[in-house]
This record gives sequence, C-alpha cells and structure tokens, in this order.
Amino acid sequence: MKRFAQLIQALETSNKTNDKIDALVHYFDSAAEQDRVWVIALFTGKKPKRPVNSSLLKAWACELSETPEWLFNESYHNVGDLSETIALILPPATALLDLPLHEWITRLQAIEKLPEQEKKDFILNAWQHLGTAERFIFNKLISGNFRIGVSAKTLVNALAKKELVDSNKIMHSIMGKWDPYVIAYDDLVGGSHVNTDNSWPYPFCLAYAMEQEVSALGSPDNWQAEWKWDGIRGQVIKRNNELFIWSRGEELVTDQFPELHILADELDNGTVIDGEILAVRDGRVLSFSTLQQRLNRKTISKKQLEEAPVGLFVYDLLEHGGTDIRDQPLKERRRRLEDVLSRLSPSSGIVASPVITYNDWKELAQIREGSRENNSEGVMLKNLASPYHSGRKRGDWWKWKVNPYTVDTVMIYAQKGAGRRANFFTDYTFAVRDGENLITVAKAYSGLTDQEIRQVDSFVKRNSIEKFGPVRTVKPELVFEIAFEGIAESKRHKAGLALRFPRILRWRKDKTAAEINTLDDLRQLLQASLSLPETPAAAS
Amino acid sequence: MSLISFTNRGIYCSQGDFYIDPWRPVDYAVTTHGHSDHVKSGNANYLCHTLTKPILHRRIGEDLKIETLDYGKSITKNGVKISLHPAGHIIGSAQIRLEYKGEICVVSGDYKTENDGISAPFEPVRCHSFVSESTFGLPVYKWQPQDMVAAEIIRWAEDNIQKGKSTVLVAYSLGKAQRLINILAGRYPIYVHSSIANLNEAIEQSGVPLPATIRITPETGKDILQKGIMIVPPAMRTSRWIKTLINPVTGVCSGWMQVRSHRRWQSADAGFALSDHADWPGLIEAIGETGAETVYVTHGFTAAFSRYLNEAGIYSEEVKTQYGTEEDEEPAATEISA
Repeated sequence: MKRFAQLIQALETSNKTNDKIDALVHYFDSAAEQDRVWVIALFTGKKPKRPVNSSLLKAWACELSETPEWLFNESYHNVGDLSETIALILPPATALLDLPLHEWITRLQAIEKLPEQEKKDFILNAWQHLGTAERFIFNKLISGNFRIGVSAKTLVNALAKKELVDSNKIMHSIMGKWDPYVIAYDDLVGGSHVNTDNSWPYPFCLAYAMEQEVSALGSPDNWQAEWKWDGIRGQVIKRNNELFIWSRGEELVTDQFPELHILADELDNGTVIDGEILAVRDGRVLSFSTLQQRLNRKTISKKQLEEAPVGLFVYDLLEHGGTDIRDQPLKERRRRLEDVLSRLSPSSGIVASPVITYNDWKELAQIREGSRENNSEGVMLKNLASPYHSGRKRGDWWKWKVNPYTVDTVMIYAQKGAGRRANFFTDYTFAVRDGENLITVAKAYSGLTDQEIRQVDSFVKRNSIEKFGPVRTVKPELVFEIAFEGIAESKRHKAGLALRFPRILRWRKDKTAAEINTLDDLRQLLQASLSLPETPAAAS
Repeated sequence: MSLISFTNRGIYCSQGDFYIDPWRPVDYAVTTHGHSDHVKSGNANYLCHTLTKPILHRRIGEDLKIETLDYGKSITKNGVKISLHPAGHIIGSAQIRLEYKGEICVVSGDYKTENDGISAPFEPVRCHSFVSESTFGLPVYKWQPQDMVAAEIIRWAEDNIQKGKSTVLVAYSLGKAQRLINILAGRYPIYVHSSIANLNEAIEQSGVPLPATIRITPETGKDILQKGIMIVPPAMRTSRWIKTLINPVTGVCSGWMQVRSHRRWQSADAGFALSDHADWPGLIEAIGETGAETVYVTHGFTAAFSRYLNEAGIYSEEVKTQYGTEEDEEPAATEISA
C-alpha cells in the first residue's frame, strides 16, 4: 500500500492535470495487476463492501488515542474528513507493515462476517502497523468515498495514454458495471465486459457557457436553439428489455422516477436518449423547487407524485437500433429522435425538447429574454453538424443563459465553512433593509476569490458582535451584490420570500450599507414574477 | 489580586502598570516577538529581547524607544520583576515572566517546543499562571520532526529542478523564511523576496549569522531562478510575478498543511507541515512543565483546548484577544517589478 500512498502523495503535490496523468501512468506501469484494478475502482467511486460502520471506527480511534469524543468531534470539524481525522489523531505506528492494496481489501472483506471484537482487533492492529498516509487510505477503504482530486476524465486520460486506447472506449469500460473483485485489468481496460452489460451509459456531452457575442458563431442556419432547462440531466437506456436512468453524476436514478418507467415498454431495445428530467404539469415546465421535492428520496409518496409530476424533455439520441450513433451529425440524430419519440403514447409526458425557430441572432436574443416565462434559464445552441462529444468540448454546444436577477445586500452573519474551508468564515447570510431594520434574504457560500475570502474572514474575526455557536453576528458593513435565478413566496422565511440559487456576484467595496436594496424592491420583483402569463413551455 | 488582566488594549499588569503585546497604543509595551499581531506601532516605550529590537526598527520604524533584555535577565518595574525566556517561536521570541510578591505569571506569546536550529530553544518556566496560545490546539496536529519535513522539501525541490520547474517556497518572512534558509543551505542557491532579504539584514546586523542568500530583483534572470530555490512571503503566492517564472511550482510551508483540505484550499502545488507553533503534544507537555495552576488560552482553538485542560484537572480560561492564528499576519508584500 506504500506504493499507492506514494501515488496519492504525487497526485496531491501538483495542481496540474498533466502531472497527475504522469503520476497515474507511472503507477499503472509499476503496480501489481490487482492493485491497478482496485485503483480504477476506487477512483471511480466503486467501494469495497463496508465491513465496519464509521461510528465504530470513531469509537475505536477515540479509545486507542485516549481522546474524548467531543475533542474528536472538534478535530473532525476542523479536518473535514473522518478517515483523515482518525489517521491523524492516532498515536504513531508501533511497527510498519507493507501489504499490497488488494491484500488489504481482501483482508477487510474477510472480517465482514466476524464478530465485533474480532473486527476491532483487526482494525486496531492494522492502525498500529501503518504510517499516517497509509492509515488514511486504509480508513478510506473501509468508509468509501475516495475523492482525491482525480476526475474520471483524468483517470481515463492516463489509462488511454498508458494503453494507447481511445479515451472514449476506456470511459465506457470503466463507467459501466463491473466487479473489481472479479475482473482482470486487461479485460477492464480492453472493455470486454461492456457488451454484455446492459446498463452502461455514454459520457454526457457538456456545454460551455457562452462568453463571446452570439454573432461570433457565424450563420444561424448552422445552429439549433433549444431552451436551457433547469432540471436534472438524465440518460435513459433501454437494452435487452431493461431500463436504466443515469444522472449526470453517473448515478443510477431509475427508481426515483416511476413516471418514466413506461419507457421500458415503449422504447425499442438498443435505444439511448439524453434529456432533462423536469417537473411538468399539462405540458408546462414547473419550477426547479417543485422538482426538488422529488430528488434523492428513497421512497416517493403518492402526494409527491401528485404535487410534482415528472416528465422528460429529450434532446438527443445516442444509440439507435443498438448502434452507437454519436458520430452522426446532430441534424440526423434529431431527425431520428423525433421519429423515436413520435411512437410513444401521447400521454407519456416524454417529449422532444422543443427547437426554437428564429431567423437571426437578434430575434433569438429577444426570444431568450422570455426564458424565465417557461421556467428555463436561457437557450442552448448546438451546432447542427456536431457529433455527440464525450464530456466537455469547446465549440459545438453553448449555453446562453439569461442574466440573473441581482440585489445589493449587506452581510450580517458569517459561519465557518466545512472541509477545505474549515478554518475560514466562508458561509455568509445577507440582508436587505426593511425600514429601520435589516432582514435576512439569502445565504450564500460561493462567488468570492480565495483572496477575497481571506479578507472577509479577517473582517469577520475583527468585527464579530455576537457568537451563537459557530455563527458570528458581524457589523453590517460589507456590501455584496447577490445574483439569483428566481424569487418565490415563502412562509418559512421572515422576509416572506425566498431567492432561488443565490450566490455572490461581486463584493461591492464601492457601496456602503446605506445604499443596499430594500425588502420592498424584492416584493415588487416577486409581484412581477407572479403575474407572468401562463405560457406553455412548448413555445417554439 | 491576579498579576495580569485582559483588557481591550491587551494583557495588562496593573501592579507594574504595563502591557504585554497590546493591540492598541499604550505607554509601556512588553513585547514577546516581532510578528505584527503581537507588536503594534504607537507605543511610547517598548521592552523586548535584544534580537527583536532590529526587527521592530525594520517593521515599525527607526524612531522608537526600546529597552532590551537578554534571555534570563530581568528588570523591575513598579516592584514587578520582568524577565525574558526563550519561546522557540522565531529569532528573539520570548516568554515574559512576571514576579510580584511570590506570585509568578508567564505570558508565552507564540511558542514551539521543537528546536528549529535557529531560534533559542523553548525553555519551560515554572509559574502559577501561564498564558498559552493554542494555534494548533487539536490532537490532529502532531508535527513530524524537522529533519523529516526538511527531507521532504528537499526531495520535492530536487525533483522540480530535474524536471526544469521553478521552485517557489511560500513562507512567512519573519521566522519561517530564516528557518528554511537554514534547512536548505548549501544545496542549491537560495533566492529570497526583498521583504525577507530586508529582515535577514536586520537579523544579521544584530549578530546572528545566516546562510548566504540572493535577493530577487527585477533583473534576476528567470533561467537562473529556475536552478535554485526561491522563498517568498504568502502575499506573493498568487502574484503576477510568479506566473512570469519558467514552469513555476509553489510549496506552502505552514502547520496548516498537515490537513489535506487546507492544502487544497491554499491551491498550492505542495504543502509542507512545518510550523513555528507548538503541536498538540508540545502544548500539553509545555503546560505540564510550567506546573501552572491556571492557564489562560489566548488564540487558536481556545474553546476546545481550554475545555481539555479543565477536564485534565488544570484550571483554564478562554480569553479573547486579537492575536492571529495565521503563523504571522504580515502586511502585503509588494510585487517584484521594475
């Protein structure tokens, strides 16, 4: 495991992707075969079975290090990672033992069925024979969640470089379903498992945000415009009579959306479509907050199904008749997609995401201004001649979002962040004026540079008025412009309204707290958005 | 009556009528060390260690009234005996021992218990009450011996030089920088930012020799810098100047680098847990050796550390001060430009 610890160290002592790829190639060149398979598994989120739960691990670490539980918790809050906290808090190893990574995994698997005392003896013994870096890895093997700053793409690129194989193929191979306990390295990177596996998804094609003038894209005739939906990206796969729905986070979410299960009957085998899962009622797209009630739930109640019905707005066809057609131009894929969707029963709620017709960029810009009226975030522009790329590739897919709403606010509370931000005040609460008072309207975590965060952190430390647990009340002095995507009535919030997706747009050092917006300003905006006409989504 | 009290100007000794490390101007400021969160401008009189004097002149101004003491020497002020003892934090850093009618109090400022080879090593001082920092007062902060961290830094630097990368170490200009210079001396040429070069001059003038370093100027060739090791203060970490170097890689040297999330947060290439503050075992050991009945915890993880001491049977109070938990909060350094 020492070799693996060195890899982790090499990956962490550089910020540059090329260095990381080199470190990975170097590792795959020299590591034992079974270790290589496990490293791919761990870096793509495949976890060994969890032989011991984290609360036991924590209790044993407290016992071995003679740390009171509250102090362990304080430490954990600072470190932000349980495995690392344990690795650091334990006393130094009594002797060092170097076993290959897969050997540790096998041994850990072997204790799964043992009585608790024997598990404990094994874990404590292991801790006493591992250095801090190896201990950290060992703990990660138990608790899962191996996030080391290596994206799937970086890993794939390294494997492609080492094996001289096309990266898309490697991506297929490692994204699908395979068992690290069973598969051989050559079979894995060679992809011999994927044809027999019904569920494997294609990498999503991702868009870049439009930075230049839209006219720089050339003739509008070469571009297909669609609405930029604000839902959950999903890839629906039907192969060998089985249906799979993958989220963009490469998770299978099939069970979460029973409304879409009709596709198991209605799609032909060998069909893969890409679309947006949205809350839809009577053909009209509902707000993201409605959809949110449906996300990440183990069970869905009847009430939720009624209040937040889900539909699928499909925009691409990746596999047709069992053939990968991603190399076909968008124009052809779209033609085939519309054909596929036309065979579905009209009540299915599964429709093609409408194409916006427009004659020139100016007209499209005008149409785009109305995006919010159908709960979209703007428009997407896709090159009609483009293939369906793997991942993010500049040039063929652009998202052209409408400008967000903005409001000037003052910071009134600050709280320390978690994880990498555990030592800085990074989570802020913002208020607007309501007569003589300040009233909270938003919380935001992101949008400042590291340097600005340090400056705000230093301000908070010097200007705290009160302390409520981790929260500081600060002198209302710093003004921030907050951007947000929407506004809704809210009984839960004192202000009577809630901002959707608020984030810090910029620190307004040029403004004082006297110049911020008022609650009335926001109320007016709310009234205006409530009186929007009920336009159907299919506004093509 | 207690020998010290904590006021909104700083730590005050009413019997002697003086302050220790005040953050607002006072008549008489006893100074533990030269870091900017411990010594401010505007005090009428300063008392500090002999080696801290040139640092104060460099950082605050030439026109200061400064009395100095060597370690172990004392003066008496209004009947309170004041003596200075090594704190091991940086060059000239001192614990302030106060004695009045048999009552002894020690204000330690910042301290570390490991001998860094350049600051006078920490000496525990027996006392009734002890004022301690707790910058790294959580049990996850346990330092590797300096030699091991040094070996890691050297390995990293060698690898960079071999691969044609420019090695930039980020370290506080007072303390950490000199320590690094001492560790790295004789291997590669060491190039330092002017804020570090200025302090080095001040330190050498007071009679402490430092290994040879070269001041970085706008004229220093980038190809020459590529073959050596550069040391720059934190404010330079994200500077435009670094981007003009040939394949620059940065390594941050700070105790915070012990934790992965902090390393990532710094967005540096490498992080080395090299600290001028005591680690957890160091704090516990130091406090034990003072034999103090009461421990005031002034900065860092004050709540947790003070609770731990109370549970361990040592009466402890958390005190609000303005001392920072950066290793040294220094003013922004200027860019290197013509």
